[in-house]
Amino acid sequence: MKSYYLKRLVPLFITIILITTLTFAMMHSIPGGPFTRERPVPEAILRALNEKYNLDDPILIQYFKYMKGLATFDLGPSYSKIGTTVNELIVEGFPATAKIGGLAILLIVILGIPLGVISALKQNKGIDYFVMFIATLGITVPSFVIATGIIYFFAGQLGWIPSFGLATPKSYIGPVIALAGYSLSFIARLTRSSMLEVLRQDYIRTARANGIGEFTVIAKHAIKNALIPVVTYLGPTIAAILTGSFVIEKIFAIPGIGRYFVESVTNRDYTTIMGITVFYAVFYLIMILLVDITYSFLDPRIKLKGEK
Amino acid sequence: MKKRILVLFLVMALVFTFALAGCTQPAAPTTAAPTTAAPTTPTEAPSTEVVFNWNIGADPKTIDPVLNGASDGGDVINQTFEGLTREQSGTILPGIAESWEVSEDGLTVTFNLRESKWSDGSDLTAHDFVYSWKRGMDPKTASEYAWIWEYTNITGAFAAVNGESLDNVGVTAPDDYTLVVQLDTPTDYIVSLLSFYHFLPTKQSAVETAAEGAWAKNPATAVSNGPFKLTAYKIGEGLTLVKNENYWNADIVKIDRIEGKFIDEQATAYQAYLSGELDFLPDVPPAEIPSLMAENPNFYVFPLLGTYYYNFNMNLDLFKDVRVRKALNLAIDRELITETLGSGQVPAAGFVPPGMLDHEGKDFFETAGTYGIATDASKVAEAQALLAEAGFPGGVGFPEFTIMYNTSAGHQLVAELVQEMFKTNLGINTQLENQEWAVFQDTRKAGDYELSRGGWLTDYMDPSGLLSIFTQGNAYNDPKFANERYDELLSLAAGTRGAEHFEALYEAQEILMTELPIIPVYHYTDVLLVSPKLKGWERSVLGTIDFSAAYFVD
Repeated sequence: MKSYYLKRLVPLFITIILITTLTFAMMHSIPGGPFTRERPVPEAILRALNEKYNLDDPILIQYFKYMKGLATFDLGPSYSKIGTTVNELIVEGFPATAKIGGLAILLIVILGIPLGVISALKQNKGIDYFVMFIATLGITVPSFVIATGIIYFFAGQLGWIPSFGLATPKSYIGPVIALAGYSLSFIARLTRSSMLEVLRQDYIRTARANGIGEFTVIAKHAIKNALIPVVTYLGPTIAAILTGSFVIEKIFAIPGIGRYFVESVTNRDYTTIMGITVFYAVFYLIMILLVDITYSFLDPRIKLKGEK
Repeated sequence: MKKRILVLFLVMALVFTFALAGCTQPAAPTTAAPTTAAPTTPTEAPSTEVVFNWNIGADPKTIDPVLNGASDGGDVINQTFEGLTREQSGTILPGIAESWEVSEDGLTVTFNLRESKWSDGSDLTAHDFVYSWKRGMDPKTASEYAWIWEYTNITGAFAAVNGESLDNVGVTAPDDYTLVVQLDTPTDYIVSLLSFYHFLPTKQSAVETAAEGAWAKNPATAVSNGPFKLTAYKIGEGLTLVKNENYWNADIVKIDRIEGKFIDEQATAYQAYLSGELDFLPDVPPAEIPSLMAENPNFYVFPLLGTYYYNFNMNLDLFKDVRVRKALNLAIDRELITETLGSGQVPAAGFVPPGMLDHEGKDFFETAGTYGIATDASKVAEAQALLAEAGFPGGVGFPEFTIMYNTSAGHQLVAELVQEMFKTNLGINTQLENQEWAVFQDTRKAGDYELSRGGWLTDYMDPSGLLSIFTQGNAYNDPKFANERYDELLSLAAGTRGAEHFEALYEAQEILMTELPIIPVYHYTDVLLVSPKLKGWERSVLGTIDFSAAYFVD
C-alpha cells in the first residue's frame, strides 16, 4: 500500500511542475503586462516597478526564482493588491470559498444521491418524472441565472435573505443553492442511470433469488456498485467547488478566491495567476488520488497497483 | 462488511472534512489586511450611532494616497485624508491650508497651514507635505500615478520622477505651518489640483511600518488626517471607517461609522440598495439607467471630464485624405448613439468636454462650438459629397476596414451603431474586431489598427489636460497626429495664463477639428444612486465623493 502512494506521488509532483511551467510560459506570452495602463507610467517608474517585482530579469531567471519561491510555499506579492502577498489572498479568501463550497458539496451528496436512487427505484413513476424534470432544469439553467433569480426574488422581492456577503447564516442559502444546483442535478441523474444499470445485473437477480430482503439488496449490493461513476465525478467536482466559482462569488459579493481565477488574468497579475493555478492543481490532483483510493473500497475487483 | 460501511463513511468523511475545515479555519491575521474587528462594534455603540452603508465597488488596489491611481481607492482616501484644500463641485475650500497666496508672476504659491493633528494625536506640519510629495515623485516608491507631477509644473518635480535629485524640487517648508511651492510656469489650476488624492499628506513613521502601502490597510498603522479613520479592512469584503475625533473640522462630521462594501456586481449592489442594505452606489446596471433617470430623483448623472472617440491610423494611406476623415465624422449620428446608450452622455463635436471654464468664465465647450460637425444626422449629404470628391462616390472602391475596440458590451454597441451608419450613410463596409483590454492597449500603442476606440479622462481642470495628448511624442497620441502648429500652441498654452492660454487652446482645438485625426463620439458621464435619506454629500468635478458633512434625515 505504501509503495502505491509513493508511486502516485511522483507523477503528481511532475504534473504540478508541468502545469506550473506551462502556465508560466503562456502567461508571459500573452500581450500586455501587469503595468499596462491607459495612461502610460513614466519610464523611470516602470523601471522601478519591474525591478521591484523582478520583471527585469531574463524570463528563465524569473522562472527559476518563482519555482524556488514555490518550493518554500512563497507565492510572491500580488500586483493588483499591492502590499498583499498571494499567500495572504489565499489564506484570507479560502475560508469563505470553502464554507459555501463545503455546504454545497454536502447538499449535493445528501440530496443528489438519494434523489437519484429514489428515481431509479420508482422508474417511470410520478416521482421519477418530477425529480428528473427538476434535475434537467438544474443542469440546463446556468448558475448565474439561478443566482440572479435568488437575489431578485428572495432578497429583493421577499426580503428573506441578505443580497450579498456572508454576514448572517441566512446569507449562505443563496450562494450554496446556486453553487450546488448543477452538480446536484448531475449527480441525481448519474446515480439514477447508474442504479438502473446495476439493478439489471445478474448478481442482483441472484441476491433476490436467494431470498435476501429487498432493502438489503438495494442498500448493500446495488447502491454500492452504482456509486462508482458517482465517485468518479464527485472527486474533481469537489476540487472545482472548493476552489471557488467566479460567477457565484461575484454575484453574491463573497470575499473568496474564486474571483481571482478570472480577475488575475485580466489584470496580468502574474503571481496571482500562478498562485491560484498551483493551488487549484494541487487540490485537483489530490482529489483524483482520493477518488482512486475510494474505488478500491467500493469495488474489491479494483486493485491498487503495488497493493499486495 | 466492515469495508462496506467504510465506503459510505469515506465518501461522507471526505465531504465533511472539507466543509468543516472551511467553517472552522480561522482567517490568519496578516499585516496587509488584519481581520481584527473594529473597536466600535454595533453592540458597544450607543443606539444613536449613525451608520452609513456605502458600496465602494471593487476592492481598491491600495488606499495609500501616494500609491493610488484609481477612483475607488481615491474615494476612500478622500474620506480618510485631508489635503491643503478640498474641492466640492468646482468650489475650492480651505483644508489643512487656511489660506494661500499666489505671487504676482504666478510662479510661487505660499500655503498657510492651520495647526492640525493626525488621527494618532500627533501634530501635522508642512514637513509632512514635503515628505509625502517627495515620496510620490521618488522612482523608488514606484507610484503609478507619478506622471501627474509633469502637470503640476512644480520646479524639478517631473525631473525627480525621472530619477533626478529630490533636493532640487521646488517644495519647501520654511516653518512648520508654511508650505512654499515653486512653479516653472504659472499654473492656474494648481490649487485645485493639489486637492487631488495623490497630494494628500501621509505620515512618515506610519508609512515606514510596512512596504508597498500595506500600512494604509492595517488599522493599527493607518494614521490619517481626514474626517474618518480606518478601523477594519477585509480583503474582497469591505472596510470600516469611524469618525476621526482629531480631524480639524470634526464638528461638521455627522456620520459615526461608514461600512464600505466591495461589491463589483452592479445588479447585486442595486438589489441591496432597493432592499435598504446600501445607501450609496457608485454605479448601477446600465439597463436600469433610463428608468432611473426618468423616475428616481435620487439618481444623479454628472458630466465627467473626458471624451469617447475613435482614432484614425494617420499612417495609413486609407485615411490620408482629410475629406475622407471628415466624411466619416459627418456620417455619424452622435445623438442616436447617446440616446441608445441612455446614460445622459453629451454628443461630442469637439474634444474638450463641458465643465471647463475659460479666462472669461465661459464654458470652453459652449464657446468652442461644433466646428461644422453635426451631432445628429443632418450633415450626411455633405459627408456623401466629401466622399465623392475624394474619389469614392457612394463608397464605391473604398476599401473595407476594421473598427477595433476592447471587449465590452458597451463598446460593441457603439461600434455596431457606427458600422451601420458608415454602411447606410456612406456605403462603406467595415469589420468589427474586439480584443481583451490589455491586449488592445498594446495593439493600439503599436499602431496596429485602422480605426480604434479611444477614451480619455483628465485629472485637472484645464482643456490642455485633454488636448495635449495629440502632440507629437505624447505616449497617448494613438492616431500619430503630427501638426507643428498644434504642438506650438500647446506649448504656448503651457507657459501662459488667462486670455493667451485659452486663445491658444481654442486655436488648437480648431486645428484638431479641422484635421480630424479622431472621430469624437461623446463626453462621458458618471452616475450615482443615493438613498433619499442621505443629504449633505458632495462630489468634486473630477468625480471624487466626499462624505465629510453628510447626514441622514428621516
